[in-house]
Formats: sequence, C-alpha cells, structure tokens
Amino acid sequence: MNGEHTVRSYDEELSYLNNLIARMGGLAEAQLDGAIQALVRRDSELASRIVAADAKVDELEHEVHAFTVRLLALRQPMAQDLRAIVGALKVSGDLERIADYAANAAKRVLVLNTLPPAKPVSGVPRLARLVQQILKEVLDAFVEQDVDRATKVWAQDEEVDEMYTGLFRELITYMMEDARNITACIHLMFIAKNIERIGDHATNIAETIHFNVKGVPVREARPKGESVLLPEPEAE
Amino acid sequence: MTELSMTQSPTTRIGSGADAENRLKARYRAEKRFRAYGLISIAIALSFLAVLLGSIILRGWTAFTQTYIQLPVAFDAETIDPEGTREHSALSTADYRTLINAALERKFPEIADDRTAKRDVQKLVSSGAELELRKMVLANPAVIGTTADLWLPASAAADQVVKGNAQHDDSSGLSEGALAKLDALRLAGALKRRFNTYLFTAGDSRQPELAGLLGAIVGSFYSLAITLALSFPLGVAAAVYLEEFASRNRFTDLIEVNINNLAAVPSIVFGLLALEIFLNVLGLPRSAPLVGGLALTLVSLPTIIISARVALKAVPPWIREAAQGLGASRQQMVVHHVLPLAMPGILTGTIIGMARAIGESAPLLMIGMVAFVVDVPATPVDPSTALPVQVYLWAASPERAFVERTSAAILVLLACLAVMNATAIYLRKKFERRW
Amino acid sequence: MSMMSEASTQPNQRPSPDAVKMRAVDANVFYGEKHALKSVDLEIKAHEVTALIGPSGCGKSTFLRCLNRMNDLIEGARVTGEITLDGSDIYDRDLDVVHLRARVGMVFQKPNPFPKSIYDNVAYGPRIHGLAKSGPDLDEVVITSLERAGLYAEVKDRLNEPGTGLSGGQQQRLCIARAIAVSPEVILMDEPCSALDPIATAKVEELIDELRENFTIVIVTHSMQQAARVSQRTAFFHLGELIEVGATEKIFTNPQHKLTQGYITGRFG
Repeated sequence: MNGEHTVRSYDEELSYLNNLIARMGGLAEAQLDGAIQALVRRDSELASRIVAADAKVDELEHEVHAFTVRLLALRQPMAQDLRAIVGALKVSGDLERIADYAANAAKRVLVLNTLPPAKPVSGVPRLARLVQQILKEVLDAFVEQDVDRATKVWAQDEEVDEMYTGLFRELITYMMEDARNITACIHLMFIAKNIERIGDHATNIAETIHFNVKGVPVREARPKGESVLLPEPEAE
Repeated sequence: MTELSMTQSPTTRIGSGADAENRLKARYRAEKRFRAYGLISIAIALSFLAVLLGSIILRGWTAFTQTYIQLPVAFDAETIDPEGTREHSALSTADYRTLINAALERKFPEIADDRTAKRDVQKLVSSGAELELRKMVLANPAVIGTTADLWLPASAAADQVVKGNAQHDDSSGLSEGALAKLDALRLAGALKRRFNTYLFTAGDSRQPELAGLLGAIVGSFYSLAITLALSFPLGVAAAVYLEEFASRNRFTDLIEVNINNLAAVPSIVFGLLALEIFLNVLGLPRSAPLVGGLALTLVSLPTIIISARVALKAVPPWIREAAQGLGASRQQMVVHHVLPLAMPGILTGTIIGMARAIGESAPLLMIGMVAFVVDVPATPVDPSTALPVQVYLWAASPERAFVERTSAAILVLLACLAVMNATAIYLRKKFERRW
Repeated sequence: MSMMSEASTQPNQRPSPDAVKMRAVDANVFYGEKHALKSVDLEIKAHEVTALIGPSGCGKSTFLRCLNRMNDLIEGARVTGEITLDGSDIYDRDLDVVHLRARVGMVFQKPNPFPKSIYDNVAYGPRIHGLAKSGPDLDEVVITSLERAGLYAEVKDRLNEPGTGLSGGQQQRLCIARAIAVSPEVILMDEPCSALDPIATAKVEELIDELRENFTIVIVTHSMQQAARVSQRTAFFHLGELIEVGATEKIFTNPQHKLTQGYITGRFG
C-alpha cells in the first residue's frame, strides 16, 4: 500500500482484516493437504480431523464478514481501500468454499477407506498437487498484492481443467473395465471434482487480486481447457 | 486494538496540597484588589463630577428666579398719550419711567419730597419694568386710564440682595435707605420671586436682570443646523468613498492619517482658517451663525468621517458579497445594503460630533461671535452669539448678578449636551441590528 | 468506464447533452505575489453537477470565484487565461460584470440572507435586474423561486418576517431561492452545507439534484461523501493545480493519480 492513513487505527483495522484472510488461507491450504494425505495414506483418523476442522474456517469467515460490514459502516472507505475491503469479503467466501470442498473430499475418503484400494487413486493426488501449488501461489500473490503472479495463476486454470478432464476419462475407463470399481471410482470422481472446484475458486481469488490492484475487472473470459461438457472428439 | 492509557502520578495533579490552597487564596486576594482598584477609580471620577456639578448648580440655580416688586401703577393717559390718538408710534415712545416713579411714590408716600430717597427707591426697580408697561399698553391700549397692582421686575442690585448673593449693605450698590425700603416691601408682602423668563426670552443685555440666553440659543441653533447640513452629507460621502470605492494605496493611507490628525487639531486653528478664508477672502458677514456653522463644519467633519468609516467597516463582509454575488453593482450594494446597516452608527457619531460642536467656543471667538449682540438673530446671516461664547462674555462681566447667570448658562449648555447624547444612545439602541 | 453493460441505464443519470457550459483554459490566479491557481484546464458540462474537492488552500474556492469574477473584488487579485461561458470570454472588457453575475449565481458557505424580509430577500435580485417590477409579476417570481428551493411550504405565511429569523438550513435554502430568482444559467456553491446539520444537508442535496434539470451546478465541498453523493463529475485540486478530473464514480472507486488516491483514502498529511 502506498503510504499510511492519517488515522492510524484505520491502518490497524485493515491489517487485522488481512491477518484474518491470511489465517483462513493457511487453514484452507492445511485442509486440502490433510484431505489428500488421508486419501493417499488411507488415514481415516486424519480424515475425521479434517472434517471437524472445517468449523474453524466457517467461524473465521463469519468474523471476516462481520468485520467487513463494520469497516464499511464506520470508515466509508474509498478507492483502493474500498476495493481491498470488498475483495477481502469475496476472498473469504472463496476460501470458505475451498475448505468446504476439502472437508467434503475428506468425507469421501472416509467412505473410500472402507472399500478395497482402487488403482486410479494416483491420478487424484497429481491433480491435487497442481491445485495445491496454484492455491499457495495465489495466496502469496494476495498477501503481496502481486498482479503478475495472480495472472500466472489465472492462466493455470486451463491446465487444471485439462488434467481434470483426463482424469475423468481415466475413471470412466476403469469403471467400464470392472463393475466392482464403480463405487470407488464414483467417489474418486467427486473428490476430483471438488479439487477442480478448489482450482476455480483459486482463480476467483486471482481475479479479485487483479481488481484490487488495477481497479478494473479481468476482461477476458477465463481460458477453459477441453471441457467434459463438450462432446467427445470422434474416436480416431 | 491498542489503547492509549493515561495514568497520572498523584504528585502532578492540580488542585491538591497546601501549596495549591495558598495559591488559590492569593489568587482570590489579587482579584479582590483588582476589582477594588476599578471601584476606587470610578468613585474618584464620580466625586469629581459631583463636585463640579454641585458647585455649578449651587452657584447658578438662583438665576432661574427673578425678584418682582408689586407696585400700584396708574396708566395715566396724560403721560402715555397726551394727544389721545392711540397711535402706535405715540404709545411706544411714551415715557413709562414716569409711571413707575409715580407708582413708587404711591407705594412710599413718605418719599414725595425727598429727592435722594426718590432716587434710592428708583434704583430698586429694573428698567425692564418700563418695557413691561410698554408691552402691556401696546398689546391692549384699553388699559390706559386704569390702575392696577402690577408685579414688576426688580433691579439686579435688589435682586441679588434678596437672593442673598450680595450683602445687606453698601457693597450691594444700594444705599441704606433703598435697603430699608426693600425690607419694607418684603414685610408688606410686595416682594416675590418668580421664574426668570428673561433668561429664556431675551437677548443679551447690559442689565443683568434683563439678560437672556435666547440670542445665544438661537445663534447656536442656527450654527448647528448649518454644521449638520454641511458636515453630515460631506462626511458620509467622504467616508463611503474612502471605505467602499477607493483602492488601498499610499495615497489613501496618507488621507486617512491626515483625517485622524485633523480630528485632533485644536479648534482655534479652524477659527483662524475661517477668519482668513470666510471673512477676509470671501467677505461673509462677521459674527454670523453662517460663518460659525462653516467653522464648526471644519471642526466636526473629521470626527464624522472617522465614525462613519468605523460604522461602514462594521457592516459584515458577507452582506456585501451576497449583494454583489447577485449582480448588484457597487453603488447598489452600498446604497441598498451597507448604508442602511451602517446608519445607526453613523447617526450616533454625527450626534456626538454635534454635541462637541455645540460646546466649541474658540473658533467662534475668532470669527467674531464674541461681540455684544442684543438682538435675537432672525436669519443665519444676522450677527449673533452662541451659548459657549455667551458663557465667556458673562463670565467676563463685572456685575455681581452675572456670576449666577454664567453658571445658569453653563447648566443650560450641559442640558443641551445631555439631551443630544441621550438622543444618540436612544437612536443607537433603537436601530441596532443583530445579524 | 462503468462495469455494467451500456444497455442498462444507471440510476441517477439523466440523459444529458454533452454540451460544455463553461470552460477554463490555462487559468491562473495571483494574489499579489502568491500564485494561487496554476494553469487549470477544466470543462463544466451543462446540466451536470461538478464537484471540486481538495485539501485546504488547494485553490478550489479560488477557481470557483473565477467563474463569476468574484475575485475582482479582492485587492491585488489577478486572473490570466481564458474562462468562457457558452463560448464567450467572461473577462472580456466589453462584458458587463453585473450581467455575468446574474447569469452565474453564487451560494456561500455561511448562509447570508439580507437583514430584510423573506420576500424582499428573494425579490432583490429580480428588482435590480429589472426582471419584474412589483405586484403580481414579482410575487410570482418570488413564490416560484421559493417553491423550487423547497422552502415555500415552510414560509408561505410569514413572507414578511426577517430572513435572519429562519434556521440555518432554511436560511441556506433561502439563499438558494434568492440566487435562482434571477434565473441564472449556472449556480456556484461554495461549501453550502458545511454549516448545516445532516437533515438540512440532505434537503439541500436533494435540492441540488432537482435543480440539475434546469441549471448547471458547480459545488466546492470538503466532504468527499457529499461530492460522491451529489456530483456527476469530480475535479481534484492540490496546491493550486488540477490533479485529476473525471466521472465521479471512477474518481472514487479507481482514481488514476496517486495524489487523488491518497487524498480520497485519507492518506494525506
């Protein structure tokens, strides 16, 4: 930020807000990491802990919400301050959804662990690692208010979509191979979908960073990789 | 959030401890002393005023009364109008002194053969008595042939003895015989003191008992009227120009300094100026209230300009801005808004200026209003005198009776001043606006 | 500029012509030696409210007073550059200043009604400009102006009472009525609400919004919230220079200049 406010308590309040967001971000990252670990190691206890920890993230989101409303009422923020505060509100929403998806994935892991191990489990962690990297990158960019890093993240959404589509097809193949795989693969599908949604929310955060810094929203449409919603290309 | 806590150590608290109590007591004492100084100053000033006014009143109040002697007067037709024509010229030139002497003889039969006694007794009656009789006959010729007991004014010498201002002996100007007759009159109840109408209806006179302030009052009135008619428009116009239209530069600063100086110049200088220009160069009539008014205009103009400027300055600038913001020209702004709001202040200043002018004697002395003028001036170009000058003339006269009359004239002058100042205060209170 | 599509109409935006009512080109003002306003180029668009904001001593009031030549009344003030009204230079020698001030009216910071009756306050302008002599013509002008200023209902039974007896907010609306009684084209307002309480302020702001239909308004204000609420264009002044001017919503959500940003967010000082 360029310069400090004449009224010091205003700056203190803004940094408190950023602090909350940072904490939420850390928690969301930890939730995602924990869910993937639970999946890979088939650790039900970890999974349960992840599910329980989601309450904390929800609590933080409520706090951010209340604090933002308070700031808007009491400080009448303008220009960059207004964008930053509205941005924080949006980002907290995104982070809360990210943590939700991580907890949902952990729930599915609990169910998966009651089934025998399935082979395509390896595809999911790969997708998860990419999304984890994106999430970390975007959260760092948010703290730094770095538009360039945010733009890079924003462009990576295409990669996530492509990877997800590939995983989708892989899972369908496994399901067609052996009917006993279907239950496990469906759960894996949902987990993969959750992770892909986490990637989308991370891209949302990148767009918010852009608006915060530049003052105008991102113009172009998000680059979408091949979508599962499009009909399959003709088999060669 | 951080909190800024203010903790005070007990030793830095104000208002506690023996030290603080002593300081408090000292402060109260100092305040009492301060107020006492003010009260003492006022008391001293008031006592001066009381002494001054008291001495003037004591000396002068008797001048407002005049001793009258009751005499049986026969309007003898033979003496007044021997030819019986009842013509105005005949009636006015008749010898009314004879009638008075006859009346005195009638009153004191014993003086019939004593010429000395006759002369003594005649000194008791004022020559104004003759004028009284003449007035009566001219007003109503039918009184010719009648006899009446009339109250006639006593002479100044007799008057002073009766009032107690003169000793009951030779120093009063009356002989022993005259004094004895005076006592006899008093015992007979033929002596009365009435209100001294001469003081306010007659012009100046060598005889104190006939001397009045009317000439001076009218002369002062004319002078002041001319002063007001000239200095008010000139002063207000000059102030308006200097305050509203002139630009602030060295030249206008110089003008302002000079006006302030002029306000402090001794008024005799203006008298000299008036003498030279109005009398010598322009040849205006000497001793006229016209010239007096012109001289007093010079005296009061700086005062009016200064007070008018102050009044104009006191009009708040936002009134002017509002008017000009609406598209009023400078002249419209001044005439429609500034002048009406400044008028109370201007009027107050003008009246105070006039009150000062009425008491100025030096310039009037220079232009000759110190001459002995008997007639009441009919127009402003007739020779005249003015109140302060009249005071000076009477103060310089040797007659004992003029002593009380001088003080009476001073009282009349002070009364005029008081009325003018009261009018100023009334006007100011009435028109004061709050914005 | 807007985030919504062009097809939708924004609230509080009437279709207004883009005509320029007043224009300043390279305007400079000197008070003696002091260079109070430096090279200002600014357009005032017709039927719009333009707000001038900036810290104390930045020249916004000075600029405002140039528009109706009130700076002429200050000793030692010198104005250079070109300021035009409908294309003609207002500092032209042949132009009647008195007539200019009837076309460009002014409302001041401290309500300053004349110490006359309410009727006479409003009637003064039309009288001196010969717009209406007396009687029913003048009555109509006075009543219309008071109605337009939103004051008539409150004072209609006491038109002969002194204007100074009204409350602060009413006095200011009286001054506005007085200004519009001469049918100006532009109304200049120098911090008109700074002496008023919030309710009176809101009434005046509503009035400004209504007046926009018939007049062009330029308002100087210390309150950024007021500028944001009331104006369509905002100009930010700093130390005698015009730093940034643009649509109000852009200035307050995404100003371009660092100084503007700093001032608006309270980072000055």
